Amino acid sequence: MSGESRAAGAWRWLREHAVNIVGGLVVLYLLIPIAVILLFSFNDPQGRYNYTWVGFTFSHWAHAFSRPELTEALFTSLKLALLATAISTIVGTMMALALVRHSFRGRRLANFLIVIPMATPEVVMGAALLSFFLILGTPSLGFQTLLIAHVMFCISFVVVVVRSRLIGFDRSLEEAARDLGASSFQTFRLITLPLIMPGIFGGAMLAFALSIDDFVISNFNSGTTVTFPLYIFGAAQRGIPVEVNVIAMMLFGVTVAAMGFATWQQRRAEKMASVRPEQEGGPMPMPGAAAAT
Amino acid sequence: MSSVRRRLAPYFLLGPGTIWLVLFFVVPLYYMAKLSLESGFVGSLQFNWHWANYSEALSAYDTQFVRSFIYAGSATLIALLISYPLAYTIAFKAGRWRNALLFAVVAPFFTTYLIRTIAWETILSDESPVTEFLHAVGLAPSGHILATGPAVVAGLTYNFLPFMILPIYASLERIDQRLIEAARDLYASAAQAFWRVTLPLSAPGIVAGTLLTFIPAAGDYVNAQFLGGVGNRMIGNVIQSLYLSQADYPSAAALSFVLMALIMVAVVIYIRFAGSEALMGEEAR
Repeated sequence: MSGESRAAGAWRWLREHAVNIVGGLVVLYLLIPIAVILLFSFNDPQGRYNYTWVGFTFSHWAHAFSRPELTEALFTSLKLALLATAISTIVGTMMALALVRHSFRGRRLANFLIVIPMATPEVVMGAALLSFFLILGTPSLGFQTLLIAHVMFCISFVVVVVRSRLIGFDRSLEEAARDLGASSFQTFRLITLPLIMPGIFGGAMLAFALSIDDFVISNFNSGTTVTFPLYIFGAAQRGIPVEVNVIAMMLFGVTVAAMGFATWQQRRAEKMASVRPEQEGGPMPMPGAAAAT
Repeated sequence: MSSVRRRLAPYFLLGPGTIWLVLFFVVPLYYMAKLSLESGFVGSLQFNWHWANYSEALSAYDTQFVRSFIYAGSATLIALLISYPLAYTIAFKAGRWRNALLFAVVAPFFTTYLIRTIAWETILSDESPVTEFLHAVGLAPSGHILATGPAVVAGLTYNFLPFMILPIYASLERIDQRLIEAARDLYASAAQAFWRVTLPLSAPGIVAGTLLTFIPAAGDYVNAQFLGGVGNRMIGNVIQSLYLSQADYPSAAALSFVLMALIMVAVVIYIRFAGSEALMGEEAR
C-alpha cells in the first residue's frame, strides 16, 4: 500500500518535472562535445591520432603556437573574420535601416534578396561562387575570394539581427531630439546609433562567428590559402594535433568573454532606453517601482 | 530634409549591400546555370544547352539525393522533438537559470564546427564508453556506431540544434501569459491549454527552426564525411568531390541546381502549410 503510494508519488514528481528533466538532458547533450574537446586538449597521445585518452599533460597548452602552419592558419582566419565582419556589419546595418525606416518601391525584392542566401545550402553558394571565379578567371582564388564570399554570406544575418532591434525601437526618442534642436545627423549619432548598438554588436558577433567557423564555402574558394577550419580538415586525414583543441578552447574562451560584454552592453542600452517619460495618463515612473512589482 | 533626398535615402542605404549580393550571389548562380548546360572537358567546355547533364547526374546520384533528404528530415524531426521541451523549460520554468541555459544552447557555436564534429567522432568511436553502453543495452548490436546512417543523423542533429532551439524559444518567450491564464480560467485543462493556445502561438518559431535546420542539413557534407561511411554519402559529398577532386564542373553545377530547386520546392510547400510571417520578417511601420 505504502509502496504503491510512494510509486504514485514518484510518478507524479516525474510528471511535474518531466520538462525540466528533458531540458537538463538536452543541455548535457549540447555540452558533452565541448567537454570532450577540452579534455582532449590535455591529452598526451603517443601517435598522431588524438582519439583515445592516454595521459594528462599541460605541454600542448604551453606550446599552443608551436606549429607555424596552424598559427598562420589561425591568423589568416582572424584577419579574414575581422575584415568580413567590418564590411558586412556596415553594409548590413545600412540595409536594415533602409528596410525598417523607409517604405519604397522594391522593398519586397530587397527582402527576398536578403532571405534567399540564408535559404541556400552552403555547398550551392560555394559551388556557384567557384563557377563564377573560374569562368571570370579573376580575381585569382585566395584571400580576396574568401573575403568576397564571407562578406556575401554574413550580410543577410547582420540585416536580420539589426532589423529585429530596429523594429522594437521607440521613435519618440528621436522626435524628442529633433524637437530639442538636434540635426538629423546629430540625432542619428547621439540617439539612434547608441540605442541600436547592441543590435549592431550582436550582428557583428554573429558575422564574426560565421566567418571564423566557415568551412564549406571556404573549401571551394580558398585556392591555396589555409584558414583555421581548412587546416583542421587537411589535418584530419593524417591526425589532428592536440594544439588544434587548445586553440579551439582559446577561441571558445574569447567568444564567451565577447558574449558577456555584449550582454552587459545590452543591459546598459535597455537602461538608457527605459529613462523616458511614461505615456499620457500612465503612472509616473518611480525609482524602485520595477523592483517592487 | 528635401523630399528628393528622403526618397533616395533608402536606395543609397541599400546600394552597397544589394550590389554585393547581386554580384556575388545572383550573378554566380547565373554562371553556374550556364556551366550546368555545358559539355566537354575542363579547358574545352562549350555551352550548348546540354540538358543531358541534369538527367545523367540525377540518375547517377538519385540514391544520394534521397538519402540527403531522409537524413536531413530525420535530423530536423529529432531536433524539433528535443528542442521544444528545452525551449519550453527556458521560456517558462528556468527562472534565474534562464541566461545560463541560453548560454549552454549557444555554446556549441563558439567551438569550430569541424572540431565539434570530430569530437563526435571520438564520442562515437568503437572504444568509447558511449558506444559500449549502447552496445550493452542492445541499441548498437554490431558494437560500432561510426560509419552508419544513425551516426550521421546524430551529428546533423547536434550541429544544427541551436538553430531549432533559439527560434522556438523566441516565439514561446513572446507569448502573452494572460492568454494561457484565460484558457485555464475557461476550464481548459493544462494539456488543452498547451495544445490549443501555447503550441499554435509558438508555430512561427517551429517553422523558422525547422527551415533553419533542414536547409543546411540537406546540403551538409561534413557530418557524412567524418561520421558516415562509404554507404552514407550525401549529395553535398558528391557535389564537393565532383567540383574539387574530379573537376566535373557541369555535372556538379547541375546537381547543385537540382538540390537548390528541391529545397526551394520543399520550403514553399512547407510555408504554404505553415504561414510565411516567420520567414519574411515584419513590414515597416
